[in-house]
Amino acid sequence: MSEPDTKTPPDGKNQPDVTIYSLSTCSHCKATKKFLGECTIKYEFIDVDLLEGDERKAIIEDVKKFNPRCSFPTVIIGDKVIVGYKEQEIKEALGLK
Amino acid sequence: MNAQQLYDMMKKVQEAKGYFFNTDRERVMELLESLLLNKQRYGYMGCPCRLLSGNRDQDRDIICPCVYSVPDIAEFGSCYCNLYVSKEWNEGKIPRDYVPERRPPEKMPF
Repeated sequence: MSEPDTKTPPDGKNQPDVTIYSLSTCSHCKATKKFLGECTIKYEFIDVDLLEGDERKAIIEDVKKFNPRCSFPTVIIGDKVIVGYKEQEIKEALGLK
Repeated sequence: MNAQQLYDMMKKVQEAKGYFFNTDRERVMELLESLLLNKQRYGYMGCPCRLLSGNRDQDRDIICPCVYSVPDIAEFGSCYCNLYVSKEWNEGKIPRDYVPERRPPEKMPF
């Protein structure tokens, strides 16, 4: 998370950092991961339901900063926050047509 | 119980109430597997699309089918997970909008 705003994926284009706060069981989270994979977007994800103890508490606090309702997926693309699997918004945030 | 048995059981109960499984079979079976996994993990079939507390009483409103599925299906034609939907939603007669979280934040123990 401490890396600069952009990474260079294999195709040479810059893409913003993408992080998905997700649940391992959630259909919208799975759809989001699948969609980003199909777009060959690099992303990190954290399945919050699989965390325990202090780590879980800390990550929940992080999610709430981005999305006070703490719903999933919460997708962070650069400085944009997208709550839910919203293909169009994700594409726009990534600058995809 | 496996996902197919859960499907057969819930289909009967829910269709009698006018609610139907999403015709996207793969998605439905995946969600039913997740419900069974949650039952194994927590002892109750909590909503797979929400973060569960592990406390049955606390999560009573989001045990599937959750209390929010009724107003969600009435308003959007689908529950939050797209598991249970209306006939019209399945038939493509209403737009498949993203269903926003209806559970009040104060119900969330996080």
